[in-house]
Amino acid sequence: MKKKHWYDYLWIVSPIYLGLGFFNIMYAWLGLIFFCTPILISVFGGGKLYCNRYCDRGQLLTLLGSKLKLSRNRPTPAILKSPWFRYGFLIFFFAMFFQMLGVTWMVFEGTKDMAAFVKLLWTFKVPWQWACPAGVTPWMAQFAYGFYSMMLTSTLISIVMMVFFKPRTWCVFCPMGTFTHLISRLRAGKAPEPQAGCSGNCSACTKGGQ
Amino acid sequence: MASKRYAHVEKGCVACGSCVKVCPKGAISIWQGVKAIVDTVHCVGCGRCERECPAGAIKLVQRENAE
Repeated sequence: MKKKHWYDYLWIVSPIYLGLGFFNIMYAWLGLIFFCTPILISVFGGGKLYCNRYCDRGQLLTLLGSKLKLSRNRPTPAILKSPWFRYGFLIFFFAMFFQMLGVTWMVFEGTKDMAAFVKLLWTFKVPWQWACPAGVTPWMAQFAYGFYSMMLTSTLISIVMMVFFKPRTWCVFCPMGTFTHLISRLRAGKAPEPQAGCSGNCSACTKGGQ
Repeated sequence: MASKRYAHVEKGCVACGSCVKVCPKGAISIWQGVKAIVDTVHCVGCGRCERECPAGAIKLVQRENAE
């Protein structure tokens, strides 16, 4: 049995984060850690170490899907695996993120009132006003609502995908995963490939990457 | 004695690392955040990685010298 490390328990972070945001939306700011850490790791040459080791959502999906057997474990549909969809979803996700920043800026400038609701699937407005503490700076609360909406939406999508397909189907088109994969591919050279006619009796062709 | 089959990573790997976690032999690693690579010497062809891979990028292939 493999030795457990502290980072194997990071799955708990996901429910804690979403739970805290239910009571106080300002905790949503902590989500920037999930946003910046994978990018910084891959930019500084760590590849997809965040996805491989520290991603709380990936661990939660494995726990629910593989260990608790909540996944039907069907193959991921080809459309979700296609580069068009993966990069398209990345562009869409970032567009929505910048749109959210735009709304935050308008609230900061005073041209728009702060809206105390969570927007699910970028469409459905869910009342969430109880989570807004009194006396908070409106633009900071607006950003928190926007960021929490994004985190809750992506968590829900990932769980639905986990139930219907493989536990970590979300990882195939996760915007952060696609973005860090892109950075890693730009940084790396050519991946080692097993030679034609490989006997499988030596690992000479793969040793370079280990 | 080497197993009859071993895991082979095909196009489409997103380097999520789910195969690394389920490999009982520690024979898979992620190469520079780009793709999974299999140490074919230690791979026993159990197929756990193939079942776990969300991208469907791992296939078990026959060793050429397998009897």
